[in-house]
Amino acid sequence: MSAEVLSAVHQHAGEHEHSGSNKLFGFWIYLMSDCLLFAAIFATYAVLSRNYAGGPDGKELFHLPYVLGETMLLLTSSLSYGFSMLAMHRGDRRQVLVWLAVTFLLGLGFFGMEIREFGELIGAGHGPQRSGFLSAFFTLVGTHGAHIVFGLIWMAVMMVQLAAYGLTAVTRTRLMCLSLFWHFLDIVWIGVFTIVFLMGVM
Amino acid sequence: MFGRLTLEAIPYHEPIIMAAVGGATLGGLALLALLAYFGKLPYLWKEWLTSVDHKKIGVMYIVLALVMLLRGLADALMMRAQQAIALAPSEGFLPPHHYDQLFSAHGTIMLIFVAMPFIFGLMNIVVPLQIGARDMAFPFLNSISFWLTTTGAALLMVSLGVGEFSRAGWTGYPPLAGLAYNPGVGVDYWIWSLQISGIGTLLTAVNFIVTILRMRAPGMTLMRMPIFVWTAISTNVLVLFAFPVLTVTLTLLSLDRYLGMHFFTNELGGNMMMYLNLFWIWGHPEVYILVLPALGVFSEVVATFSSKRLFSYTSMVYATVAITVLSFSVWLHHFFTMGTGPNVNAAFGIATMIIALPTGAKVFNWMFTLYRGRVRFSAPILWTIGFIITFSIGGMTGVLLSVPAADFVLHNSLFLVAHFHNMVIPAVFGYLAGFAYWFPKAFGFKLNDQLGKCAFGCWFVGFYLAFMPLYALGFMGMTRRLGHYDNPAWQPYLLVAAVGIVVIMAGVAFQVAQIFFGILNRKKNLDLTGDPWDGRTLEWSTSSPPPIYNFAVLPVVQDIDAFTDMKQRGVAYSRPEKYTNIHMPKNSAVGVFIGMFSFMFGFAMIWYIWWLALVSVIGIVVTLIKRSFDNDTDYTISAEEVERVESQRFQQLATAGRES
Repeated sequence: MSAEVLSAVHQHAGEHEHSGSNKLFGFWIYLMSDCLLFAAIFATYAVLSRNYAGGPDGKELFHLPYVLGETMLLLTSSLSYGFSMLAMHRGDRRQVLVWLAVTFLLGLGFFGMEIREFGELIGAGHGPQRSGFLSAFFTLVGTHGAHIVFGLIWMAVMMVQLAAYGLTAVTRTRLMCLSLFWHFLDIVWIGVFTIVFLMGVM
Repeated sequence: MFGRLTLEAIPYHEPIIMAAVGGATLGGLALLALLAYFGKLPYLWKEWLTSVDHKKIGVMYIVLALVMLLRGLADALMMRAQQAIALAPSEGFLPPHHYDQLFSAHGTIMLIFVAMPFIFGLMNIVVPLQIGARDMAFPFLNSISFWLTTTGAALLMVSLGVGEFSRAGWTGYPPLAGLAYNPGVGVDYWIWSLQISGIGTLLTAVNFIVTILRMRAPGMTLMRMPIFVWTAISTNVLVLFAFPVLTVTLTLLSLDRYLGMHFFTNELGGNMMMYLNLFWIWGHPEVYILVLPALGVFSEVVATFSSKRLFSYTSMVYATVAITVLSFSVWLHHFFTMGTGPNVNAAFGIATMIIALPTGAKVFNWMFTLYRGRVRFSAPILWTIGFIITFSIGGMTGVLLSVPAADFVLHNSLFLVAHFHNMVIPAVFGYLAGFAYWFPKAFGFKLNDQLGKCAFGCWFVGFYLAFMPLYALGFMGMTRRLGHYDNPAWQPYLLVAAVGIVVIMAGVAFQVAQIFFGILNRKKNLDLTGDPWDGRTLEWSTSSPPPIYNFAVLPVVQDIDAFTDMKQRGVAYSRPEKYTNIHMPKNSAVGVFIGMFSFMFGFAMIWYIWWLALVSVIGIVVTLIKRSFDNDTDYTISAEEVERVESQRFQQLATAGRES
């Protein structure tokens, strides 16, 4: 019986092999366009980054240690996603799920800290309506945050699918796409951290 | 509950608009009733609307483009009529706020909802067939893309009867498009119809790039791809890199309008010139997105109808790629007068002139292909020749405008309007050439060539009548977008231009007649061979219309003109030894639902109905998640079934005298 199941699974995997690698390639292509999306917002931020309109500048607003904490959460979540992928290659579903859960919590922590920072800024009257600089700041960081939320929803769905279907060709491909997406957001964040926060307090 | 939507939003007091809305609604209802009467609604739903077949999606794209073309032409007709009579003291028949909506809608419709669906329709039908593939890489995504495009068009059409459309031109420059000067729903209709269809376009680009790079038939190296496929991949690379910038630009404008941010405002640190830069970083590549596929069509048509190989295939490929790369380096020529200084202007002016070189190389390649060919003067080749002449003139006026000093005089005048119509309408010639050329492939019968020639004649003559006077008017100082004027010297030219649009409309009437009589007499004009024009590329090697799986056995390519090569080697119609099972994707209604939710979302955002927007977003997310749990998305066509279909095909070929 189990041999029968295995061979059926194998056959299924064979049929999807081609479409799986196409999906991964397609996802790379999609990420290129997402990269352009961020590039355009970064460029906008660069143009507006000194338009304070009499309002506060980065030096007054940003607390580097707090942002560093956020950054560490996100970077660690990339690492834990890496462990999840290693487990996937070993075919260890339980470990995949554990590391995905860790990644999810770290990502959620990052997002929570970001929301809190936004809330404080808006509460102090430094919302996105205050100046061109703050509009660009909220939009750039917020677009990254929106991507993180999307990634978290995706991750939750993947955990349910892993529990339901196990490591099939389809779920493996999806995990690999999500992996690309998550690491990509990490790289974008390094850009945000450098250009917005580090250069902002310089 | 309904945001800012009230019954006041319906323009009862505007007889012209109400007549248009009434006509469109009645026409739609009549069509629906007719389909219901003949019991075709289930067929329409199962076989077309939910289809993930690239050929059917392609046909639906083109139907959308043709419907929107009629709307865009109606706008053009009204503008020309207005300008023909609106010499002071007459104010014409259109009040300014209606006239301003007309030119904004005309531009948006023609570029985004006619040209884009038309090129993606042609690419959908042709590209998988030309590369010997059974479908797109992501057929389901293809359906979503189509429905997002349709959603954008539907939102724009709704603006006619509910509220108003933008009055800020198709480019929507702030501060005019900002909340302070345009507080109504018009600009929001413009934003969301572009935004939603733009996302569909972006997804299509991913689909085509993967399809072309990963799914070519064995033996089809990059340098053996048909030129249309080369232009298709170049176009989609442009979409991939340009459309995210549009998404960002529209999002930033929305943030200004919805959340009171300061990206493009005149106060608190906004920078409206940044909008121009961002918009044209998308907008200029967009022009090449429209024109490159047309260049691809001409390359196919000119080789087929000259009965010889395309002159200098390699230089054609390099010219296409050069145009693709260069198109990102010229955006600033759209606003030389912005004040960036002479050095920057000179750099962008020179970059603009350089684009004329690869384009010129293409023109010579087409002419050398025609030279000493056995040219068959059917409608597609007439469109091609008409294109070469017209496009060359448009290109030269473009080089003229690329000189910043000249641009300072001519910008924002009718000279500019004449120039870009002189580039874009020849591209439309390309779409119509492609329509005539591939129609038998998509539907299995030929259209009446005589009516096609009449259509071409009217379009060609009509174009010159409608736009040559505008060049003169530009020199005479008439600016664009004028609802009325007081210089009597302009009127004779505007009258000629008005006659021109009537002649173009006659061309459209001929095309409608061509399709009508084509369908009526289809039994007489059946294409049994699948190869009505003695074609050179793989799409002609399968039947017309092709079976759902396109190719029973994937073709093996040995030359640039793969099918001509097969015919010469005598293997074009050989029976394979055996058939195998074919794996195909199942139709899916998810694309339609995503389109519906996106429509609800767009409509809710436009009218500030926040709860509905939230519901729609949740609807989209839940639909997608549900789909990701659906493991039953494919089916298998058995080898016996394939053999049955193919045997019929070989019988047909024998009837037509092409049995090998």
